[in-house]
Amino acid sequence: MLEFLSKPWPWYFSGPAISAVMAILIFSGKTFGFSANLSNICSMMGVRKQVPGFKVDWKKQRWNLWFLVGSVIGGFIAVHFPNAHQPIALSAATQADLAKLNVPFDGRLEPAALFNWNYLATGRGLLLFVGGGFLIGFGTRYAGGCTSGHAITGLSNLQWPSLIAVIGFFIGGLVATHLLLPLILNQK
Amino acid sequence: MKTIKFILTGIFFGIVMTQSEAVSWYRIQEMFRFQSFIMYGIIGTAVLTGMVLIALIKRLRMRDSQGQPIHFPDKDRRWKKYLAGGTIFGLGWAMTGACPGPVFVLLGQGYGVMLAVIAGALAGTYVCVLLGDRLPQ
Repeated sequence: MLEFLSKPWPWYFSGPAISAVMAILIFSGKTFGFSANLSNICSMMGVRKQVPGFKVDWKKQRWNLWFLVGSVIGGFIAVHFPNAHQPIALSAATQADLAKLNVPFDGRLEPAALFNWNYLATGRGLLLFVGGGFLIGFGTRYAGGCTSGHAITGLSNLQWPSLIAVIGFFIGGLVATHLLLPLILNQK
Repeated sequence: MKTIKFILTGIFFGIVMTQSEAVSWYRIQEMFRFQSFIMYGIIGTAVLTGMVLIALIKRLRMRDSQGQPIHFPDKDRRWKKYLAGGTIFGLGWAMTGACPGPVFVLLGQGYGVMLAVIAGALAGTYVCVLLGDRLPQ
């Protein structure tokens, strides 16, 4: 059991596990929506006093901020599992495509070529991480949710607006993958 | 006590996101290039089981742990903000390989550069709040 859990999980186990997270939150009288925490942190930093229209009160969402703290701890625990750091099985086609973008596949969860301080300190690195982060924050606030709120909870609850949002996620994802990343990563 | 419950749920979420490899920049690239079924399998089975769960909660009029009826408020019917906001988020998702949850899970895994993504995300949220209703809804 422990051996199974500490290895990478098959998709048909992972999906229901995400659904279980949603179930725990629903039965606690809450909702599964991670990007709300970005607004909560803004609220903590005093944006509420500055922008009268901003109604988010982080004190009412303390539970969600604790959930965020837990997710950081969970990431830490998972990489200390006995079988952690097994090379991921990435499709050969993706490996070939990424090699053309100067991102050699190294078997880790995140490419070492990009996820390091030296790369972040370059103009391209700043654009990728700070720029990408900005789009995540702006987009999720504008759309009123991210993957957890729209793709998982919204679609599970048969909400048309969530389907529109998820279609948007894919339009954006495809544009970034095929048009922006080749520019940012400097295609060979 | 309640605090501990939400921290534990978050820990479980962090482990799920890591073990499923949904936090991986490579996996997100594979998804947006339609070169593997894995991410679609994860999201698909999460939504299918979620649909059954929510339908059951509604049908059986289940209550939460406090004994309160469980409500699922409908999202408002405007579409521009969902399409435009969703597209903007999608750009950031593919660039960083992470949506908001995984950004923090990866920080816990020791990827310090995620602090830059978090700083950017807070700035983006702030600018969106400032623009408010001036954005097409």
